[in-house]
Amino acid sequence: MAIVYRRSKGLTDVETHYCPGCTHGIIHRLVAETLEELGVLGKTIGVAPVGCSVFAYDYFNCDMQEAAHGRAPAVATGIKRVLPDKVVFTYQGDGDLAAIGTGEITHAAMRGENITTIFVNNAIYGMTGGQMAPTTLVGQRATTAPLGRDKSHAGSPIRIAEMLATLDGAAYIERVTVTSPANVMKAKRAIKKAFELQLEGRGFTMIEVLSTCPTNWGLTPVKALEWLNENMIPVFPLGVYKDITKEEA
Amino acid sequence: MAKELWKGNEAIAEAAIRAGCRCYFGYPITPQSEIPEYMSLHMPKAGGVFLQSESEIAAINMVYGASGAGARVMTSSSSPGVSLKQEGISYMCGAELPGVIVNVMRGGPGLGTIQPAQGDYFQATRGGGNGDYRLIVFAPANIQEVVDLMQEAFELADQYRMPVMMLLDGMIGQMMEPIEWKKPPVSPDDLPEKPWATTGTKEGRAPNNINSLFIDPEACNVHNKRLEEKYRRVIENEQRYETNDTDGAEVIFVAYGTPARLARAAAGLLEKEGIKAGVFRPVTVWPYPYEALHEVALQDSVKAIVTVEMSTGQMVDDVRIGVNGVKPVSFIGQAGGVIPTPREVANAALNALGR
Amino acid sequence: MATGNVTFRLDWCKGCGLCVEVCPKKIIFLDESITNRKGYHPATVKDMDQCIGCANCARMCPDSIITVERV
Repeated sequence: MAIVYRRSKGLTDVETHYCPGCTHGIIHRLVAETLEELGVLGKTIGVAPVGCSVFAYDYFNCDMQEAAHGRAPAVATGIKRVLPDKVVFTYQGDGDLAAIGTGEITHAAMRGENITTIFVNNAIYGMTGGQMAPTTLVGQRATTAPLGRDKSHAGSPIRIAEMLATLDGAAYIERVTVTSPANVMKAKRAIKKAFELQLEGRGFTMIEVLSTCPTNWGLTPVKALEWLNENMIPVFPLGVYKDITKEEA
Repeated sequence: MAKELWKGNEAIAEAAIRAGCRCYFGYPITPQSEIPEYMSLHMPKAGGVFLQSESEIAAINMVYGASGAGARVMTSSSSPGVSLKQEGISYMCGAELPGVIVNVMRGGPGLGTIQPAQGDYFQATRGGGNGDYRLIVFAPANIQEVVDLMQEAFELADQYRMPVMMLLDGMIGQMMEPIEWKKPPVSPDDLPEKPWATTGTKEGRAPNNINSLFIDPEACNVHNKRLEEKYRRVIENEQRYETNDTDGAEVIFVAYGTPARLARAAAGLLEKEGIKAGVFRPVTVWPYPYEALHEVALQDSVKAIVTVEMSTGQMVDDVRIGVNGVKPVSFIGQAGGVIPTPREVANAALNALGR
Repeated sequence: MATGNVTFRLDWCKGCGLCVEVCPKKIIFLDESITNRKGYHPATVKDMDQCIGCANCARMCPDSIITVERV
């Protein structure tokens, strides 16, 4: 028998602190596998956010920097501008990227920074205990929206992939999810494409990954995948929003 | 060596490049916009990186990233913009990152005015960001001094792995003075290695991590104690100050930056009136030269210590700590971009002497 | 028909159940007779000869504790 699937070298031999069934673990694995397969682990620097994945620096087997909340794209810009031949990625949640960090991500994309952003969208603030996120659905309950998000009070969720796709500096933007093995494989292909375009110096790449938060959604890991499929995908449609390679073809 | 006429802000930028800095991130704000403007042209010419960031917050975080990647890096701003940088500065201190931050101070608080002031002394020396951290803060009094101190600023930043602030009032940034480039330029190729930097593992070493999170309280305490020990070494070794005519003086003016020049002029006025006055000028306001000031104050001749600031009184707190009650300390200042006149300052001394 | 074999790192498993859900042969279950050191019932396989080595389980595992072999 041959091994057809094993734990990636891009992950350290450290148990994660994530809740059972949290899709962060799947997404970490896809990034780790991509970096390993592209042979770039030795020249990669990742930037960790503030959020559940604040300890990402313990889980990726490459140089890491921990950024202040929302600032990862600026930190990544600093790294990539002084080390342009390295692979630089940010890994951010919906509070980090779509609330406090909207300025930094928008301008990194505007400038076409040759970095890759992995945006983990689970429509809630996980680490701090389930508060409303900019991506929380209308009607969805959160600890700071106990009666459900009210559109007239707090607006509707923000669609980052669509927004950033309007910028010329964005080379590749795709929204994916990890709710089934088939979706996981599609997500992996998207992540790989993003990093490949970075290696070609094509500009800013971002993969938005619709993710679950079983703990703060109050659902089992399996039921959380179903809830995502039924409720999040209609609001955040999957698909490619910007592809510089298609435009040139 | 020939003297050249330089505008303060431009000299600051040029001095950084000559100090081996090949990386600048910044945002326009009066009265220091000439620094990013100069850098936008000259940094790429020197083979370095210039980027105008989208905000002062973004700039300090770019500094964090670039510093973590091993580069000699600078940012500059003015008072309200430096407020924005406080989070990033705290993070740099926690992660032990070198870098130079230039504050060309203007009147505040809030939006204030664009005219020169010294209202950010507390922010610089008491830490505007969160946590137990310190910055080395240089307080140059003229353009020549900024230029002379710049190389040292980068060196100390690298040596101690901490940010260094150049704290100057807007006057110094905007005026023009003849200066000399006394030191030979530093090549970035001649800088010592930074084995802790995130330059890629080459799969040959354990990953490096630039980080200020120590979630276990014991670990965080140990980290803080280590920083404290580092700061203790800085206090022991890096105090700088200058005295003018303080031996046997009756009045000691204590001032930094432009007010120090005013104090010298005021001392000149007092001398004509038969009163011997000297100036004690801290060049580092952190670490503050408390002992040296105390020594000067202890002289029998000294009757009054007059602090002069372009603020409503911030450094005066450090003067009181240094003097420690041995002689009376008083204050004269103007805020909001108004600059005290030498006559005003001399009168304040006369007042303090009870005349 | 492919023959597969999967191994689980039982002490790292958090019993999330995603692998149980996606196994096409339905041969993975959370073994309630075992409680690992974290207090979870880890995933394990009954009927390994049914395993086709599709790696669906490994693809879904958030803790990357599954190794899949295939002939």
